[in-house]
Amino acid sequence: MAELKIAPISRLEPGHNVPARNEACPLDLGWVREVRVNLSAAERRAATLPGRRTVKKDAQAAWLLKAVTCIDLTTLSGDDTAGRVRRLCAKARSPIRRDVLEALGMTDRRITTGAICVYHRFVRTAVEALEGSDVPVAAVSTGFPAGLVPHDVKLKEIEASVRDGAKEIDIVITREHVLTGNWQALYDEMRNFRTACGDAHVKAILATGDLKTLRNVARASLVCMMAGADFIKTSTGKESVNATLLVTLIMLRMIRAYHTRTGFMVGYKPAGGISAAKDVLNYQIMIKEELGRDWLEPDYFRVGASSLLADIERQLEHHVTGRYSAFNRHPVG
Amino acid sequence: MSVARYFDEMSYGPAPEADTEARAWLKRHDATFGHFIEGKFAPPSGGTHLDTIEPATGVNLARIAAGNAADVDAALAAARKAQGPWAKMGGPARARHLYALARAVQRHGRLFAVLESIDVGKPVRETRDLDIPLVARHFYHHAGWAQLQEREFADHVPAGVVGQIIPWNFPLLMLAWKLAPALALGNTVVLKPAEFTSLTALLFAEIATQVGLPAGVLNIVTGDGATGAALVEHPDVDKIAFTGSTEVGRLIREKTAGTGKALTLELGGKSPFIVFDDADLDGAVEGVVDGIWLNQGQVCCAGSRLLLQEGIAEDFLNRLKRRMSRLRVGHPLDKAIDMGAIVAPVQLQRIQSLVQTGLAEGASIYQPDLALPKEGCFFPPTLLSDVQPTATVMQEEIFGPVIVAMTFRTPDEAVALANNTRYGLAASIWSETIGLALDIAPKLQAGVVWVNATNLFDAAVGFGGYRESGFGREGGKEGAYEYLKPKAWANRKPRKVAEQPQLQIAPGGFDTPVLDRTAKLFIGGKQVRPDGNYSRAIVSPSGKLVGEVGEGNRKDIRNAVAAARAAEAWSRATSHNRAQILYYIAENLSARAREFAARISAMTGASSARAKAEVEATIDRLFSYGAWADKFEGRVHAPPLRGVALAMNEPIGVVGVVCPDEAPLLSFISLVAPLIAVGNRVVVVPSELHPLCATDFYQVLETSDAPAGVINIVTGAREDLAKVLADHDDVDALWVFGSKSASALAEKRSIGNLKRTLVDHGLETDWNDPAAAEGPILLRHAVQVKNIWIPYGE
Repeated sequence: MAELKIAPISRLEPGHNVPARNEACPLDLGWVREVRVNLSAAERRAATLPGRRTVKKDAQAAWLLKAVTCIDLTTLSGDDTAGRVRRLCAKARSPIRRDVLEALGMTDRRITTGAICVYHRFVRTAVEALEGSDVPVAAVSTGFPAGLVPHDVKLKEIEASVRDGAKEIDIVITREHVLTGNWQALYDEMRNFRTACGDAHVKAILATGDLKTLRNVARASLVCMMAGADFIKTSTGKESVNATLLVTLIMLRMIRAYHTRTGFMVGYKPAGGISAAKDVLNYQIMIKEELGRDWLEPDYFRVGASSLLADIERQLEHHVTGRYSAFNRHPVG
Repeated sequence: MSVARYFDEMSYGPAPEADTEARAWLKRHDATFGHFIEGKFAPPSGGTHLDTIEPATGVNLARIAAGNAADVDAALAAARKAQGPWAKMGGPARARHLYALARAVQRHGRLFAVLESIDVGKPVRETRDLDIPLVARHFYHHAGWAQLQEREFADHVPAGVVGQIIPWNFPLLMLAWKLAPALALGNTVVLKPAEFTSLTALLFAEIATQVGLPAGVLNIVTGDGATGAALVEHPDVDKIAFTGSTEVGRLIREKTAGTGKALTLELGGKSPFIVFDDADLDGAVEGVVDGIWLNQGQVCCAGSRLLLQEGIAEDFLNRLKRRMSRLRVGHPLDKAIDMGAIVAPVQLQRIQSLVQTGLAEGASIYQPDLALPKEGCFFPPTLLSDVQPTATVMQEEIFGPVIVAMTFRTPDEAVALANNTRYGLAASIWSETIGLALDIAPKLQAGVVWVNATNLFDAAVGFGGYRESGFGREGGKEGAYEYLKPKAWANRKPRKVAEQPQLQIAPGGFDTPVLDRTAKLFIGGKQVRPDGNYSRAIVSPSGKLVGEVGEGNRKDIRNAVAAARAAEAWSRATSHNRAQILYYIAENLSARAREFAARISAMTGASSARAKAEVEATIDRLFSYGAWADKFEGRVHAPPLRGVALAMNEPIGVVGVVCPDEAPLLSFISLVAPLIAVGNRVVVVPSELHPLCATDFYQVLETSDAPAGVINIVTGAREDLAKVLADHDDVDALWVFGSKSASALAEKRSIGNLKRTLVDHGLETDWNDPAAAEGPILLRHAVQVKNIWIPYGE
């Protein structure tokens, strides 16, 4: 297992070359403890932002297409089969009907989804199905979704998925470490996951619905970034509350704080419950406002979703034809 | 721009709100409007109109009528005619009208929002999401007060015909704040909108008529300052309610002085926005955005003075600058902008010139590199940092999108800097430590305090200022009283002017004389000689010399005010402690009841039975205020959010009291006791004719543990001393009873610091009647309500 390189905490000067990947930093408990979140103020921001910004017409079509490129097209069900996964991979390769892309003048952009996201069992199937497409395969790992299998089993699971060709690993943290304030344990766990991933990028699922308070979310975000997470991600999709704009606001602010202090850009992935085109626009707007335009590309933004794509397809067709569309007019994944 | 280009840039693009309906409404009126009098539009009697422009483009939008004295006269006549029937129809019937207005505003919400945005230049997002929903909320809430009026305000009657003058920054919202309580509680109104922004008021009048509001209940006279002045000066107005600049507020106070017109003023501010080092800094940055860039900063309660704890100042300013760079300034009807246009070129020039002054005085400036529209009145969001308290921009209200920042070291220093202003409208405190935030809130001189929030408004929560930000409240139960008057005072008669008895000098006999006593002044807990060292003879009605008192002068008042100011601990004392002292004063007075009765008889010629009754009534009154001291409590408002707003009854501070001649002991205590019961410190001028029961009272005070400086007594000429008190800028309020002319001069001269005044206009109060002279009827004037908003949650 290769050792993870740890960068010193330093305030980087503007203009510094941004490293491609979060190199992590030592656990700074002082920083973790000084994190403060006012719920009412955060709610106000999250509630009013969708009223402050909107995109219409061509801009909206472009933003929705961008959203497509950021979708981790996901299937995480007990009844998944290789056939089901291959169907999804085909959709990932060509998510938007060709005539719609033509009408939008976007055929030359090779629009695909950001990734395919599956359980370890189907990593190899997906890698084969996506060959030659540049669409990476992400595997949920570390005893997803509860994350309560033995630590060494988690590491072995990661290594197995990487071996099978996964380029991205979505790990789940041990929520107990957050709920008991055991930041050292969370940091150590995350560091091990990152190291086990090697060159594969690691997304840390915080399971914000289990963490309950925004302060917990903020601190867990920060510790995971210190320990080398490439992305922080809201949820497994299995908690009772999944991605919300409120929790997104707090995670984005922590990404910004981490970037300001270390210079590393960490990505953000909301997952669960984002099924309407209108919803994903609000996430994109919040990212643009809180982090900036650079975070809107698939390198730094993913959205974990299964039914979102279908709604975007309908909206794009409506944009092109001026008529409301229907699901059956678009090929399923 | 192509989809591909948007895809690469990920920029927003335009998001225009349609204005078709609003333009069509203007067209239906040929973009020319009359006044709205007695249920219909009427052309201006002078035949002149004023242009109103669209600030975002500078293009003429419409012509509004220029009101003159005849127009005001006609509108007031209509309001007067309607007031009786409107009041008589009863609260529940009025509640239905208010409810219908609320519903109508909601039904026409988008039309109001778009028209307001065009006329004011503010983002349609704000009019749609903030102004118009709050307008509806005000009518709903006050429909409720109309319904409950007969039970909740049984001791009160409507103020009558009210003249209301509103500003241009929240035209329809200010209309609602003024109109809803006035109409709900049985008053009729003549409203003068701001000349820049009259259109939504006219639309409202049209819609109100459609939903059946009776003719004459609401009248609108448009025009400029001259129209407003005609309204203020008209003899047939019972009350003036004004929102606008402190400068104009002063003029109105001066013009209405001595007329008996009730007055509320909601004026300017320079409100502090305090960020402690344990705050949620990103949350606070958003607070700044909501505080100073709402409505382009053209908000009287805007958090315009940013006070940062030194340890986090640099970090905070960096975050703020980054946030500012994300703001979007553009056409008000673009749904995706943060700031629209400044209302008029004259305001834009004022902002530009103040910012230039700030720079000349050493401030550092940050303005993000934003694209501003080329036409129209626009100004970028601006941060002036390194600003010292001495700088003009730290003292003057800019009324634009400009925030000035400075640092503090400790909570005490934050409070001192926050209060270092003539204003006292609002304040915002940011800290995640409940103990700190709730400790600071009561220490701020402001009518509204937001904890970890800013610019929250609701119809259930009173809004209004301390100090030169004006007086009176709008919203909540505290605001309802502003449109009512007590029944017990409704039939007061002018008092007969007492004849000054002539002193008959008679030589003494050869009996052992009574030991000579010198009545001095009582200042800072000590009996002191008057500065001028002159005495004034106190003569009985039969011409006998009863004694002599010191002739107080302006220096004595100055010293007394200084002593009262220094006795600040009284305002912080527990209400239990204040009650104990009032009871103790009563106890010690009781022990000397006979002596005081004899003194009253000797001074006033009252029968001994009557004099004895006055002393007993006085003791009883002291007991009543001992009782009230820990019971005149505030309210907990429940605005629509997760949290509370605490309406705290706070003492006003240093209050001057000028007493009448009738019932000299009872009236003296009836005025002083409510004031000190709730924590004020007083400078009292006792009855001019019969002051000796007040000077005798020094010994009662000295034996009752009343702290030095809480009650200061200066004897002398009523009008001379009232004048000095009215002129004194460190006197926060002034109560004048006993004379019409002294009442008038107190109101007229109170404008220096806009002190709150309570005067009797020469009408005699029956001091023996508790309904007229005891309890909330006076206690309400002894406090000012501070609303502390506390949103909560983890």
